[in-house]
Amino acid sequence: MAKEHKRPDGRKNSEMRPMSAKIGVVPNADGSAMFSFGNTIAIAAVYGPRQLHPQHMQDPARGILRVNYDLLSFSVSDRKKPGPSRRSQEISKVTEWALLPVVELKEFPNTVIDVQIYIIQADAGTRTAGINAASLALAHAGIPMKNLICSVAVGKQDKELIVDLTKEEEDFEEGEGATDFAIAKIANTNEYTLLQLDGKIQPEVVKEILNLADKACDEIYEFQKKTLKESISK
Amino acid sequence: MKKITEQAPEAEEEAFSEDVPKKRKVVVPGEVIVSGEDYLPGEGAKREGNDVIATRFGLAEEAGRMIKVIAITGAFIPRRNNVVIGRVTDITFHGWLIDIDSAASGFLPLEESPRFVNKNEMDQFLAIGEVVAAKIWSVKAKGIDLAMRGKGLGKLEGGFIFRVIPNRVPRIIGREGSMINLIKDKTGCDITVGQNGWIWVKGENIDAEIKARKAIEFIADKVYVEGLTEKMEGYFENLKK
Repeated sequence: MAKEHKRPDGRKNSEMRPMSAKIGVVPNADGSAMFSFGNTIAIAAVYGPRQLHPQHMQDPARGILRVNYDLLSFSVSDRKKPGPSRRSQEISKVTEWALLPVVELKEFPNTVIDVQIYIIQADAGTRTAGINAASLALAHAGIPMKNLICSVAVGKQDKELIVDLTKEEEDFEEGEGATDFAIAKIANTNEYTLLQLDGKIQPEVVKEILNLADKACDEIYEFQKKTLKESISK
Repeated sequence: MKKITEQAPEAEEEAFSEDVPKKRKVVVPGEVIVSGEDYLPGEGAKREGNDVIATRFGLAEEAGRMIKVIAITGAFIPRRNNVVIGRVTDITFHGWLIDIDSAASGFLPLEESPRFVNKNEMDQFLAIGEVVAAKIWSVKAKGIDLAMRGKGLGKLEGGFIFRVIPNRVPRIIGREGSMINLIKDKTGCDITVGQNGWIWVKGENIDAEIKARKAIEFIADKVYVEGLTEKMEGYFENLKK
């Protein structure tokens, strides 16, 4: 058997960081959730369906989904300047696209569902943690959905494929360098809603990456399901 | 002292009234509730191939062949005939705009006023910021019309309002108003429960009002408990000690 690759925190290549999640963390929102991968913690709050202003954005055929993702200024070691940035706008948009296929917006014409995602502690994989939190928060808000969304990042460090990278692993620079592949999929299906690649990768390897992501997503789905169920059986 | 004057909006949705011996389980969106051709998907569920799956997070309930999912969290979705409590946000030429905590605001036409209102002095009857109990007359694509004629409806004066999660309201009302009548009895307060989760409480003194509020919040917290009405009797017994 080939020598097992050593990861800085002693995890196996296909092992995720420990997950934790909590429902209803924002009392004033219609639905909210916290989701964390190790040191990465995301909170998501869902408001609505509510009236959409400005009115010209309203769609009489369906509601719209509006996602806002941001890092809080204390979430990273060098203070992040608060407010939207190019990066946060991009991630807001891809998160919105990742969630859109499962949310049944036809039932709420002329309205908006606002999803606010804030990262309170960042250690790589923030968009994936954000998507997982948002998926829980949407369910908690009672929004009709086709299914839950699970999201995980799979990466490549030199030639090793690893699941759920930390910041340390993401900054790896030897050999072929580090690759980060953020993936989101509709639970229990083969439909992917987010595929975002950062780095270099051979086309043949992508299939392997998707296999690893599928396994991780199944685990995430079970965890999300458990969290939601436990939130009301007290 | 007037006691049980306020109507308890009939428990139209008996969703939460306890003592209904039905199988209930928590489901998440996309989860298969039952498999088989015999079942019909109701609210919050749909059929996919041979399975009935949930489309929202809540309690799945089997009533005969019908499978439905009762929401327990989330925003208020207005329906016709819901009694709601709202706050006046604007006065127009023809009536009042009322914020009822839903996606669209409610419109209360001038004709719904129980007495004659001078069009130039509409704030004499309802000023901005004042609170009313009203019934939803219709829900259309462009707004919600309210009606205010009926028992227990009208302007709310004195007391205070607070919010609970709208989907817990049927539980607070109980079967045919059993729960809310119990709280009214025990605290001597006037209580109006809006389906939008706003609750108005007015009692003889602030202590009684707070007691009523605490009791209601206690119920709203317990989603999963059966036989709550009996438990509430015990709850009030404990308070006396």
